Amino acid sequence: MQLASLTRAVRLGVSSLALHKLRAFLTTLGVLFGVSSVIAMLAVAEGASVEAQEQIRQLGSENVILRSVAPPTDKVSNQESRILAYGLTHEDLARIRDTFPGVKRTIGILQVPEEVRQGSAVCSPRVLCVPPSYLAATGREMFQGRFFVPADGAQYDPVCVLGYEIARYLFPFESPLGKRVKVGADYFEVVGVVYPRVPISSLATDPSTEVGGEVFIPIGTGLKVFGDRQVTIRSGTVDIQEVELHEIIIQVDGGANVPFVADACRSMLTRNHQEKDFEVIVPLELLLRAEETKRIFSIVLGSIAGISLLVGGIGIMNVMLATVTERTREIGIRRALGAKRAHIVTQFLVETVVLSGCGGLAGVALGLAIPMGIERFSDMRTIVTPGAPLLAFGISVATGIIFGLYPAWRAAHMDPVEALRHE
Amino acid sequence: MRNASGESSASALSPVVGGPAPLTETSVASLRGVGRTYTMGTNQVHALADFSFDFKAGEYWSIMGSSGSGKSTLLNILGCIDRPTAGDYYLAGQHVNSLDDDELSSLRGQALGFIFQSYNLIPQLNVLENILVPVLYRDGVSSTSTARGMALAERVGLAERLDHRPSELSGGQQQRVAIARALVNDPALILADEATGNLDSQTAAEILDLFDELHAEGKTILLVTHEPHIGERTEGRLQLKDGQIADARHGRA
Repeated sequence: MQLASLTRAVRLGVSSLALHKLRAFLTTLGVLFGVSSVIAMLAVAEGASVEAQEQIRQLGSENVILRSVAPPTDKVSNQESRILAYGLTHEDLARIRDTFPGVKRTIGILQVPEEVRQGSAVCSPRVLCVPPSYLAATGREMFQGRFFVPADGAQYDPVCVLGYEIARYLFPFESPLGKRVKVGADYFEVVGVVYPRVPISSLATDPSTEVGGEVFIPIGTGLKVFGDRQVTIRSGTVDIQEVELHEIIIQVDGGANVPFVADACRSMLTRNHQEKDFEVIVPLELLLRAEETKRIFSIVLGSIAGISLLVGGIGIMNVMLATVTERTREIGIRRALGAKRAHIVTQFLVETVVLSGCGGLAGVALGLAIPMGIERFSDMRTIVTPGAPLLAFGISVATGIIFGLYPAWRAAHMDPVEALRHE
Repeated sequence: MRNASGESSASALSPVVGGPAPLTETSVASLRGVGRTYTMGTNQVHALADFSFDFKAGEYWSIMGSSGSGKSTLLNILGCIDRPTAGDYYLAGQHVNSLDDDELSSLRGQALGFIFQSYNLIPQLNVLENILVPVLYRDGVSSTSTARGMALAERVGLAERLDHRPSELSGGQQQRVAIARALVNDPALILADEATGNLDSQTAAEILDLFDELHAEGKTILLVTHEPHIGERTEGRLQLKDGQIADARHGRA
């Protein structure tokens, strides 16, 4: 019974709206754009933040990362050749490993600026000398083959593990396992391939332009072969950089200890280094900051989209006021035939809800299509959370009700005598 | 309508009853000293003053009077879409003055049938839906009420046009729909306001024949008109002047 009268009310609403099809359509458009922009903007915000969070999470949320940074060279040197020694040392690594509580693992990484060749193919990835525990600490996974075992470094074995991109670039048609690549002046045997950090979809086609390409060498082997002096020859001068460790990854036992370990590292390094030749990266802090950024981003984009919904709501109100005035006589007739005020209010509210609901549904459809289009025609990532369309649709219906209330109230409070006399 | 100053408007005719009187069994609508005063700026306009009358069940009255005589105001008050500013009005045994807006709406739907000069059908509804509008607001449309609506459509000769919109009907047909609509809740009182005013004489005669039939069936009908020849057809004639009864004659009396 209730359902039947509701169906009748909706049918009446639709047929009343159908008297002015263009007007109803234009009003619906206002809501449609509001709803779809809410969904699209939230999808873009969500996509951007998830991407940022994923990148940060790949650094390991339980990790503290220390990096060597060349100190600011304010000393003007006219020397043709100089040695610049800076950065983290093996001593730092030992101190952290031996004295810090709550540290599960410490990994020292040496980066060597060598080119990698295979046949005629040349590329310059990041060549990293790492211990076997690197894989576990960073949570990365093997694509094929194996990672290092302690024996590799201890015996100075000339083995290496390639990043997925480099493997594809150097060995496009065959498995790289067992093959040899030339790093700098020495040959290394490929024993494994690791998955890349970034999702494969956004992989640059040419890894020689140094995007995400990585080659790993056991740190024992690396220290023996490359030493800790990197020589860079620029025009006219020879820069010799002496860095013991480029990076130390500290894996903390439990996320709660991360801020504590980070602070301890900062004060320990500040005490032992004369210059600020290091930086401390705490992915957890970055993550929190990224989440905060996302929150602000969502609020700003959401409000912009919300304003367009508001404009749509005003459009509804405008049209409904016109409709009420136009149908004053009908209201009078209905009142004379026994309609209570509540009946009139319901009738006009149903009409606005039908308008905004149709606009909302179409808006959800468009709002789901826009992010797909964005993904397709740009490399921006978008994520439509299940809540977003529901939220946007709910808001559109609520907008209809809120902006429909006043016109409906006005209709219901007309004087029946006046209304019947209205032309 | 006329301007009046103070109490000098006391009518030449002596009022029938001074205060609320006991309702007679057969009274459908009783007016006791009803007045309706409009305030326009500082002026007070008495559209209806100290009006007392009883319309009994089964009577057929025409209400006549020149424009400004108060017949529209009387009709609005009888139709419960306007409230008297003085006096008491009883309709179908209910004291109309003391009803709130919702109760008044229900009473209109149950006890009254309206027929207007300009038909006043709802344009977006078809014939059957228009007939059923009063049912909708009374207790909802059911299969029995739909059957009743169809029977009434047949009664007024529109059985073939149930799904036509008002715009597809002639004036006479629209008025027939309005009559069926007025009958659908089996009201105690049918109010017709210049019901034939927009129709040619042939169609008007058909509508008036329909009223005669309804009267013969025992319906109580009040027909507001300014055409004397229509007044001739009705059983009773109420002549209004300046918001008061100038002449009341009943054929049977």
